[in-house]
This record gives sequence, structure tokens and C-alpha cells, in this order.
Amino acid sequence: MEQLTIVSAINKGLRRAMAADSKVLLMGEDIGKLGGVFRVTEGLQKEFSDERVIDSPLAESGIVGTAIGLALNGFRPVVEIQFDGFVYPAFDQIVSQMARMRYRSRGALSLPITMRIPFGGGIGSVEHHSESPEAYFSATPGLRVISAADSHDAYWMIQQAIFSDDPVIFLEPKRRYWQKGDVDTDADLSSAMPMFSAKVLTDGSDCTLISYGPTVVTALQAAKFAQEDGVGIEVIDMRSLSPIDMHTIATSVRKTGRVIVVHEAPGSGGLGAEIGQRIMETCFTDLKAPVLRVTGYDTPYPASRIEEHYLPDADRILDALEKVMSY
Amino acid sequence: MDGFDSVVQLLDSTGSPVIDSHYSSALDNSSLLALYRDMVLVRKLDEQATALQRQGELGLWAPLIGQEAAQIGSGRALAQRDYAFATYREHGVAWCRGIDPVDMLRFWRGTMHQAWDANLHRLYGYQVIIGAHALHATGYAMGAYLSGRSGTGNSETDQAVVAYFGDGAMSEGDVNESFVFAATYQAPIVFFCQNNQWAISEPTKRQSRIPLVQRAEGFGLRGIRVDGNDVIACHAVTAEALDRARSGGGPTLIEAVTYRMGAHTTSDDPTKYRDGSDDELWRSRDPIDRLRIYLRANEVLNDTFQSDLDAEATSLAERMRIGCRELPDPDPLSMFENVYCAPDARLDEQRSELKSILAKMGD
Ligand SMILES: Cc1ncc(C[n+]2csc(CCOP(=O)(O)OP(=O)(O)O)c2C)c(N)n1
Repeated sequence: MEQLTIVSAINKGLRRAMAADSKVLLMGEDIGKLGGVFRVTEGLQKEFSDERVIDSPLAESGIVGTAIGLALNGFRPVVEIQFDGFVYPAFDQIVSQMARMRYRSRGALSLPITMRIPFGGGIGSVEHHSESPEAYFSATPGLRVISAADSHDAYWMIQQAIFSDDPVIFLEPKRRYWQKGDVDTDADLSSAMPMFSAKVLTDGSDCTLISYGPTVVTALQAAKFAQEDGVGIEVIDMRSLSPIDMHTIATSVRKTGRVIVVHEAPGSGGLGAEIGQRIMETCFTDLKAPVLRVTGYDTPYPASRIEEHYLPDADRILDALEKVMSY
Repeated sequence: MDGFDSVVQLLDSTGSPVIDSHYSSALDNSSLLALYRDMVLVRKLDEQATALQRQGELGLWAPLIGQEAAQIGSGRALAQRDYAFATYREHGVAWCRGIDPVDMLRFWRGTMHQAWDANLHRLYGYQVIIGAHALHATGYAMGAYLSGRSGTGNSETDQAVVAYFGDGAMSEGDVNESFVFAATYQAPIVFFCQNNQWAISEPTKRQSRIPLVQRAEGFGLRGIRVDGNDVIACHAVTAEALDRARSGGGPTLIEAVTYRMGAHTTSDDPTKYRDGSDDELWRSRDPIDRLRIYLRANEVLNDTFQSDLDAEATSLAERMRIGCRELPDPDPLSMFENVYCAPDARLDEQRSELKSILAKMGD
């Protein structure tokens, strides 16, 4: 067991995947000597050469587009987008090209590309450094979208993403980058929890709190407060946003009958809406209260000095909990 | 200067005037002193903002140190009626457009996404998305022509537009597309690229095998390479390009060759990727030193002016320190404003929700 930050867990996961397969290569802005602005790729260029850890020209559409070409030619590119707000120049390459290559070629061409994107708010920077673009991607057929909320998952899921033959959007909760956790780096990749499975973090019988990425920690805080008040919460870390592990979610909902979905992205059209609907379809008669959402508001991320009011916190979750418990 | 073969220079790094076959300076001594004052003050502004970030008062700051001549020379060439679109680093241009330095800090402190009235100052806010604004600038310039505010032959009223960006931005699709549009429509625009040698950790070589200015020809733009640390030359080439644009002569790409003497931003650690061996060379080409030497040698700058200027810089810094700390945090409920022009029922609900949360917190 090693105590690793999420940053170093991803770093070690990347290193292990690169060592395992010479076709894995990294591309992105400032990922070489600098090691990326968050230092996730620190030391990798030195270890694996500048042909496998490639400092790209400053052009996101170019990076993703050439990653597609490299993948067509047998490589497994891992693209770093420096910040969530800088992924949009690559939108066409992602949704119209990468996502559809397999479909349009009737299975002849697949694209084993991983796109790493630090996402979410909470770091106090300027505009475009806080974004939650996951709904665009999870609404795009052909893409897989996953997010690791702790070091253990970060280490394993980045490797699973890299060895997936479908393109994977790998969302990294940037405000939790320096959070530490235990990782068994000696274990076998095949023994890791399947990439698309959700994970039940706490056991409880009164309400299910579903989240992913940076707000998993927030959900756990709220669950702890609720527990002190005698309300049992089952916190589920979705881990995969596309596909959604409905089996794990439904099992919990059948037990608790109450659900709150928590995410930072705007509520309207967000993942919470999809999960709520899927629960309606699968466990309608088990529900004791409507599925509620605690999310970012339907505005762009506001200026950083008031961002804390935009981000869901434990209090807002507890307010929602009161509502479902007293419904 | 290496790689400076066809660069326009009117004042060399030792402060000696240079004769150029095409360009000459139209600036009298008082204008030169004014440029000198601008450069000294924006360097102070930059230093103070960097310090404020270190003290935790700002979330981030992108230093301009080393690029004063490029920004002030070009910024002062703009007429009031011209319009500028700039990046997060163009504090010197903002200064020329009359933005209060404390207002500049609002963005970096995280109290506002855009802190000044763009139309009033004819400067769009700091753009963070690399290259995006080059297209906006091009469209704005197309509009100036289409609405009869440019290319009419009236040198008093014809307008031009400037788009500022860096060497890294030259790789973005948006910038390359803006070159295509500007050339196609012969839009009244000047693209002012400050090649400060670095895009965070990537040297300009990562973006281009050839001098950036050579791209101009392929797009059908006029291209000029200027010593970006020579404020007189930057002023001269920009003034001429603007005149040409306003009068219907078409777009120009200016590559101002300069150096980012500081970190990319206050979050950056340049020792990770550059060994500092170029720093000394570029210090010897400092944009402020050379003008001071020239002005001193020609007895344009005297001790009184210099000490008054130093005092002005000190009080500017003090005003920034006080002003920054006094900047109010926005009302949290303001986050719901201006998402749309028209009212939105869903946002109204969410505003009420936050309002009651805030009221509870206040209890
Ligand atoms: C679309 C986009 N991609 C990436 C970034 C991250 N980023 C911010 S500044 C920068 C380098 C810019 O270099 P350059 O254009 O030379 O301007 P400079 O910062 O040197 O003034 C990068 C990669 C961004 N802001 N926007």
C-alpha cells in the first residue's frame, strides 16, 4: 500500500500503462519538461522520451484530431487537456469524429483514445478554469465518460481507460488533486473493480446519495452529519457516467427508497436528470419520495470569490435530505 | 540580434537610434517621455500585482514584465475610436485604453469575469481562451467596414481594430481562420502577435519552424517583424498598419519579437523548463533601459522628471494595494444576472433558493 495524492496516482498509472505497452503515448500542452500544469505527467518525458510524451502545439482541435490519426495507426494516445475550459476548441474532433469512428466504419475502425480533463471548480482561478462539461460528453453516443474520486480509483481507472478500445473521457476532480489515499500499486490490473461499476461507499437504509468526481467528498461529509442525526445514508460514487451502473444504483434505491443526486454541473440537462429518469423507469414503486438533485445552478461558473455559493455543499445536501425524509 | 535579420528597429538595445529604410519615428521628445512614463508605470503595476498575488490577495496574475515596449508602443498608436481585443497579459494595452489598474485586478481577484465597460474603453475584456478573440476582432473589423466606419477615406473618423495574442496562439485554429477571413474581406485589422519566445513551457519552435511573420504571406496578409523591445519601432509599425487598415489598405500581421522575462503566471515555475541562460541576453535588451539611456543621452529626461515618476509609481502601487483590498466581493445573488437578456423562470427559482440559504446562514 502506498499513500498517494490523486495527481501521483494518475502519474503512476500512466507510467505503468506506458511501461506495459509501447503503443501508449501522451500528448498535450506543457506535459513534457513541465510535467503539465498540475504535474500529472511529471518525469514521464524523461523516462519515456519526447516521442512518447509529446508537447503539442497550442491547438486542442489539432491535438485530438492527430490523436485520432495516431489511434488509426495503432497507437493508444492519452491526451491531456490542460483545463476543462480549453476542451471546447476540440469539440468537433471529439463529438463528430472520435465518438463516431467505430459506428460509421461499421466496426472496422476503433479509437482507443483516452482524454484526461481536469474538471470542476474550487481552485480560485480565473474564468474558464472551472467547468463541468461532462453532460456534453455523456450525451454523446460512442464516448465513455468516467471520473475517479479518489487515489485508488485514479490509479486503476486511468489504466483501464487506456486499455479500453473505446474512446474514454477521463475526468479528473482538480480541486481534489492533492487529496491522499491508499493505493495498492502491486496488485494486478485485472483484479481492479470493473471500470463501469459504481462503488458503494457507506452503508445506510434511509437515503441514497449519488455523486461522482469532486462532490463525492461533499456527499460523504453530508452523510456523516446525517448519520450523527440517526439518518442512514448510502453514498454511491458513480465512477462511470456513461454507461451508468444502474444495477448498483437500483439495488440501493430498493433498500432506501429515497435518492439525492449531487453534482457541480448545472442541474438542467445534467447527469442528475438522467439518473432520476432511469430510477423512475426501474424502481418507481420503491420510491418513497421524488428523486432530488443538488447541483450547480443553471449559470456559468461565477467569479471565484462567490463560487463557493455555486458549488453544492453539505448544507444544501442536508436541506434536500430533510425534504425527502419528510415527504 | 539572432534571428532578427529583417526586423524593424529604430532604437537598439544600447539606446542608439537606428536608421530604417522604411520607418521613422514621428514622435517628439514629449511623446517619448510619455511612452517612457507609461512603461515605467506599467512595470510597477505589474510588480505590485505580482506581489498582491503572493500575499494571497489575487487568485492569479499573468506578468507582463519584458513586454512593456510592445504593449505601450502599439497601445499608444491606437486612436480612441479604434477597438482592441487582447489577452490576459495585456495590462499595458489596458493601461493605454484608460483602464484603472484597480479595475484590472477585479478579474484576477475573482470578483468579476469582465471588469470594465468594453464599449466605453473600446477594449474587450481579458480573453483567456487562446486565440478566440482574434475572430471576434476580425468580425468587428468587418462590421466597421460594412457600417461605413472604416475605409471611407476620412482619416479623422475611419476606424481600425487590433487583435493581440502570443506566439502560442499562432497554432490555434481560430487565429488561422481569422487570418483567412481578414484577408478575404480585407478587413481593417492589425494582428499584433507578441512573440515572447514561450507559450508556458513550450518554446516558439514548438509552434513554428519558420519565423512567425512568414506565415503572413501565405494567408495574403502584409507581415512586419519588429523589435518588440523597441517602443519607438513598435509605435511606428503599428501606427502605419493602423493607418493602412483604416484607409482600406487591408490587414497586417505584426510579429513583435520580445521576451517573457517573468513566469507565465504566478502559478508557473519556469525553472522546470528553461535554464535562464537567455535571461541575461534579454535583460541587456530591456525595453525600458534603452529608452532611458537614449533620453538621458539626449537630455530629454532629467533627474526631476525621473524622481517625480518614481514617486508617481510608488503612489500607484500604494493605490493598487489599498484598492485591491477594498474591492468588494460580489453579491452571491449576482451570479444569476445576465445569463440571458430576458427573464428566466428557472433561474428565478434558483435565485430564491440561494437567497433563502444565505438568509439561513445569516441567522
Ligand atoms: C484554448 C486554450 N488552450 C490552452 C490554454 C492554456 N494556456 C493559457 S496561456 C497558454 C500559453 C499561451 O502562450 P502564448 O499564446 O504564446 O501567449 P503568452 O501566454 O506567452 O502571452 C496556454 C497553453 C488556454 N488558456 N486556452
